[in-house]
Amino acid sequence: MASNAATAPDGATRPRSSLRKAAQRRSTIAFLMALPLILLIAALVVYPAGYAIHLSTLNKSMEEFVGFENFEYLFERETFWMVVWQSSIFAITAVVFKALIGFVVAHLVHNIPLKGQRKWRGMLLVPWVIPPAMSTLAWLWLFDSSYSAFNWIIEGLGGPRVPWLGETGWARFSVILVNVWYGAPFFMIMYLAALKSVPEQLYEAAEIDGAGWWQRMWFITLPMMRNIIAITVLFSTIVTFANFDIVRVLTAGGPIDTTHVFATYAFKLGIESSDIPLGAAVSLFMFPLLALAAIFILRDVNKRGNQG
Amino acid sequence: MADVQLRKLVKRYDEVEAVRGIDLDIADHEFVVLVGPSGCGKTTTLRMIAGLEEITDGDIRIAGEVVNDIPPKDRDIAMVFQNYALYPHMTVTENMSFGLRLKRFAQEVIAGRVSEAAQILDIRELLERKPRQLSGGQRQRVAMGRAIVRHAKVFLFDEPLSNLDAKLRVQMRTEIKKLHLRLRTTTVYVTHDQVEAMTLADRVVVMNNGRIEQAGAPTELYASPRTRFVAGFIGSPAMNFIPCVLEQAAGALRVAIPGGPSFDVPGDRTARYAASAGRKLLLGLRPEHVTEPGGAEHPSVQAFETVLEVTEPMGMETLVYFPMAGTQVCGRVDPGAGAMPNKRMTLVADMRHMHLIDEESGLVL
Repeated sequence: MASNAATAPDGATRPRSSLRKAAQRRSTIAFLMALPLILLIAALVVYPAGYAIHLSTLNKSMEEFVGFENFEYLFERETFWMVVWQSSIFAITAVVFKALIGFVVAHLVHNIPLKGQRKWRGMLLVPWVIPPAMSTLAWLWLFDSSYSAFNWIIEGLGGPRVPWLGETGWARFSVILVNVWYGAPFFMIMYLAALKSVPEQLYEAAEIDGAGWWQRMWFITLPMMRNIIAITVLFSTIVTFANFDIVRVLTAGGPIDTTHVFATYAFKLGIESSDIPLGAAVSLFMFPLLALAAIFILRDVNKRGNQG
Repeated sequence: MADVQLRKLVKRYDEVEAVRGIDLDIADHEFVVLVGPSGCGKTTTLRMIAGLEEITDGDIRIAGEVVNDIPPKDRDIAMVFQNYALYPHMTVTENMSFGLRLKRFAQEVIAGRVSEAAQILDIRELLERKPRQLSGGQRQRVAMGRAIVRHAKVFLFDEPLSNLDAKLRVQMRTEIKKLHLRLRTTTVYVTHDQVEAMTLADRVVVMNNGRIEQAGAPTELYASPRTRFVAGFIGSPAMNFIPCVLEQAAGALRVAIPGGPSFDVPGDRTARYAASAGRKLLLGLRPEHVTEPGGAEHPSVQAFETVLEVTEPMGMETLVYFPMAGTQVCGRVDPGAGAMPNKRMTLVADMRHMHLIDEESGLVL
């Protein structure tokens, strides 16, 4: 491209020659070469997002522009605020537990001799590999209040039957439990990779410097893993916030809408109740929350940069 | 500061015996270098002294106390690692003060020691930087600084210079020597580079195959190696080993090189070698003892003729290579001696510095 521009006819006028210069600049060439991909991303991301914004400004029959009326309607409804609250609790609790369990399990696996490690790693990844819509079905049966394994065991031990999915508190606990079960292996594998990237000699140096187990964890392991932890938590927060399948299969939002998260609520309003603009408005509400989280976490990652 | 004693020290990994019963006494203030080829057990020995490796058998004493079961943090040692092992998320100051902070030293004490070490190592302007902003040589200094501030009983160095380029390595070698002359801390230093060993050590310990081949002052090891391994390992270019037969004639001994010249054994060595007369041995001669004629006249400096194969001008000297009894022999001649490849040249062998080696036992006679 550059050579073509360079061998352009000499008779070019002034403005054309400055255009030629712009075309020769490396940044211009780089931009042009990236353009197809930029267009593709724009088509796949910007168009649906723009369309969703457009939808959220229409009335139920999608014939009339109503401005922010859908949002105003949502803000006045208690159920919506409960969904905001439930989505936040669901995402935060699930991510915290996934991160904690992933961290502990990663350490356990890291300390298994290398020979058996692959086997354990593979087995521990299974929950994450099975499509959640399918594995959640298995959980659905496990949670069944009359015939399930859980209640059978609890009754066998002399305890009362637990209404796993029939009571708000237990239902919320159950969806979080399944989400943690599904998502913890991802944290485990990310943290394991981070652990393996910490040079052994840092621990030896710290040991000679007088650091005990806890101090090595606090002063070496955690700071070395910080970026991975931040990015993993961000990624998982986004995915968990937008979770659909687990809640959908397990409780479908019940009992009485108390386990709804944004995605299932948007589905209920938009598809099941045939009010697509209202559903779009619900799903759009996730965006500012997630953007805020992303900005804070990524700013911290950028500030520290790559410390390797 | 303290002395270090190794008694019948053994390290075994499953099938492999990495260290096979080492005895070594390192005196207070002494700078001891463990040197040997890779896999000889020198690093394992150092790591056992540090407490990073468990001891299979034997004892290690630091300042008279058996430390076999004492964790590294309680041994009062400081270690400099090959790849520096600086904490990447901490500044230079934080790196150096980490050990002191863990031991809860007072802020003023920590600040004082860090600035003292920074002064010694000339890294005062780097104190607020992170390791990734430092060059290799600077990182090396910080790693040493981390050891200095601890005021530990023993310094352990694990091939600290092998990640540096040749020029910097020579410079840091001098720095380490200066540092030791100033602090006088007992030091154990591991390297595979015999030049580093010779230049730094009060005493060099040559290891091979998990055992100590020989321990002694650098000059002693150079002049009187006890085994073929030490003779070949210490010195660069390495000692020549030429197959020969020790012949007896009229009360005197001669070294006859098959298909080559014969040299008279100096009279003062006759008694030492008499018992080996008639045997096939190896003649050991260092390159500087194979040189051009014209030095001091001495009956033991004996001339021979050869055709040079390769010459390597080094500036201050020229290395010459020629075949003898099926091996390649290296000599060192003056650059003005006119050594050229494929040229016939008269050289002399200074038999006052000869060694005779029993090929089977590998011992120097």
